[in-house]
Amino acid sequence: MVAHLVRLKLTLLRNGLRRSAWQVVGLVLGLLYGLGIVAAVLVALAALSTQDVEVVRLALVLGGSLLVFGWWVVPLVAFGVDSTVDPARFATLPLPRRTMIAGLSVVGLVGVPGIATTLITLGTVGTWWRQPQALGPAVVGALLGLALCVVGSRTTTTVLAPLVTRRRFREVAAVAAFLPFMLIGPIGSVLEERLSGTEDIWPDVVRVLGWTPFGAPWALTADAAEGDWAAGLAKLGIALGTLAVLLVAWSRGLDAALVRGPQDGRTRSRTRGLGFFGRLPATPTGAVAARCLTYWLRDSRYAAGVVIVPLLPVILWFSAGDGWVMLLLGPLVGYLMGWTVSADVAYDGTPFWTHVAAPIDGRVDRAGRAWAAGVLGVPVTVVLALVSLQLTGRWSLALPVLGASLGVFATSLGVASAVSSRLVYQVPKSGESPFSTAQGGASAGLLAQLLGTGAVFVLGLPTTGLAVAGVVTGSTVLGVLALVVGVGLGALVLVLGVRLGGSMYDRRAPELLERLVSFG
Amino acid sequence: MPERTDTVRATRRSPLGAGPQVSGPDYPGAMPPVPDETPPDTPSAAVPASAGGRPAALEVRGLWKRFGEKIAVAGVDLRVPAGSFYGLVGPNGAGKTTTLSMATGLLRPDFGQVLVQGHDLWADPVRGKSLLGVLPDGVKLFDRLSGAQLITYAGLLRGMDRATVAQRVGDLLTALDLSADADTLVVDYSAGMTKKIALACALVHAPRVLVLDEPFEAVDPVSAANIREILAGYVASGGTVVVSSHVMDLVQRMCDHVAIIAGGQVLAAGTIDDVRAGSSLEDRFVALVGGRSTGEGLAWLRTSSASS
Repeated sequence: MVAHLVRLKLTLLRNGLRRSAWQVVGLVLGLLYGLGIVAAVLVALAALSTQDVEVVRLALVLGGSLLVFGWWVVPLVAFGVDSTVDPARFATLPLPRRTMIAGLSVVGLVGVPGIATTLITLGTVGTWWRQPQALGPAVVGALLGLALCVVGSRTTTTVLAPLVTRRRFREVAAVAAFLPFMLIGPIGSVLEERLSGTEDIWPDVVRVLGWTPFGAPWALTADAAEGDWAAGLAKLGIALGTLAVLLVAWSRGLDAALVRGPQDGRTRSRTRGLGFFGRLPATPTGAVAARCLTYWLRDSRYAAGVVIVPLLPVILWFSAGDGWVMLLLGPLVGYLMGWTVSADVAYDGTPFWTHVAAPIDGRVDRAGRAWAAGVLGVPVTVVLALVSLQLTGRWSLALPVLGASLGVFATSLGVASAVSSRLVYQVPKSGESPFSTAQGGASAGLLAQLLGTGAVFVLGLPTTGLAVAGVVTGSTVLGVLALVVGVGLGALVLVLGVRLGGSMYDRRAPELLERLVSFG
Repeated sequence: MPERTDTVRATRRSPLGAGPQVSGPDYPGAMPPVPDETPPDTPSAAVPASAGGRPAALEVRGLWKRFGEKIAVAGVDLRVPAGSFYGLVGPNGAGKTTTLSMATGLLRPDFGQVLVQGHDLWADPVRGKSLLGVLPDGVKLFDRLSGAQLITYAGLLRGMDRATVAQRVGDLLTALDLSADADTLVVDYSAGMTKKIALACALVHAPRVLVLDEPFEAVDPVSAANIREILAGYVASGGTVVVSSHVMDLVQRMCDHVAIIAGGQVLAAGTIDDVRAGSSLEDRFVALVGGRSTGEGLAWLRTSSASS
């Protein structure tokens, strides 16, 4: 059964690759990147193996804890968990839960991050070659660590998904659920800063970490190497216990997901009246904008894309305090808000036919989407730029900061408008967990993100350059210039992006739809 | 009834589908067999182009579409006279949905031409699409909108003014018995309600030509009767309707013209009476398409004889 699932995953991957050359490129880039990291880590591990046990413990427990923590949290905030082999699709088959969990765990290892993690964890065993009595525990610890990574990532996404998919109170629930996760990093870095005054804090940190689920599988080997078998066994217990708890939680979550099915909450939700359709201009462009705004508020995938926005000031505050880094808040938010449009057509999915069947030209489609993003994005960007000024107490820098923020927003929106009429990639379907990545979507999507972000960076360079110069010199002239150039150049990029996107839409809308339909 | 300009064509397919084609009684030429190379650029002369001077409501000439290895539509010609109620029938995988998608601007044909009231759809999509109302099959709707919002969206997208849209949304919801669920999100609709709301979206701008892919699927009998009445009234007032369906009975009762498609080709087309040639449409369909199996060979499915 496990072999079946793995074969299914590989077949799906191969079929996906056969369908699109971009996915091949994405996968190859991902593999090269992953292998590069693995090679670097293995070299570091080899160097580490000649050091004292205490040093090895320090490095392995810290690195290992980070690895486990990353597996648990990153899918929640960034790429999602591969949903190629979605448990909901097996709902009608009489599969024992145990088999399914084993299968899904192994499937979780098939992929660039899974392969890289496997190689690295196995590499840690080699670090202990000078302590033969620790080799056995090292193998156990590495396998446990690997299991904690994979099972933990499945558990967190399965258990937290319904929170974020539920329509009502979605945003609040999502933010509340993420807050602790997103803050752990910044709080850690603050602690580190405060504590780094006293030189030898790290061994203590590692000692504590070793007793947590994140560090236990790595620390138990170090204990064994030092001959402290009691502590080693205790840590083995912690790791095994955590794994058991995770498995039970995952199993419960799966049960709930299978009963719930792919649809989110079956509560009948009603709206009153026409909403945005009654308020925006009664033109085709206005209608597109109204529809997009409605989706921004009702479709959790949009919220998942910008869920980090309200947390950015907090994160920046913890990592930089009132330093100048805080001033990046406005431009960062501008980029994020504008860039969300890049997945707009992909988010539409097959309902996109409504646009294709309507007698509208591409500019209507593009402009409507851009309007919706603008109505939401401009206030959010401006407010957060002002927040950054208030937090840093540098109101004198208002001009360049606002210029850079608005400029980056408009540029990002313009580039995204062009990109999304050319490229669609697989995204979670409406109603699916926004934390899942569709098959092969990750690599193709990542590539699109990279290219687009590069374009935004280059096109925004005049604005950001002037703004940085304005901030550094404090010159009012440069500040005014940054604002004028930011708004002017941004508007130009936006208009050109909408036009270019519109003419690409006119030429290729049926092909876009064909691809969306092929995603199913 | 419109003028009789359509030729009835009936060809019988060999069991393997691509064998020699036998030409039907009314059609002098043989249908081209599925070629393994580039299909001809010129539309085949199977359908007299714009005969009678008046352009057809919808005309499809020499449509081809290939998906990878599979040729889904292999040279389909159809002429839908203005004011007709036109049925498109065929077995699963015959190419009905592909043909209708290409005829409505949703899917670009590899070859061929689509004329909507004489306007080349693929040369000037905006003009052609403004005359069409479309209900496609196998695609979803913007289902995070309420029913009323969705119809409003369809109307506004086509440039109608707010007052007209509002009035028609009310009329359509009433006619389709959806008033109570006007403010419910479409995602929470049942399959039949979803079909009905999609139909409302296709109707809201009072198109000249309606193209409906499987409009009665999952719709309850009462609603289906209402829809038939709406469509019949629409045809009586000069509109043109094209529907695809699996249900021969329904097509025979409802439509005045029919085309039978299988394997990506038109096997027969014309008025209902000409195509069925005395027998029932269903018998004629089975005779043309073939492939009836006797139901033997699934002995294990007969629970009475199994084990015990």
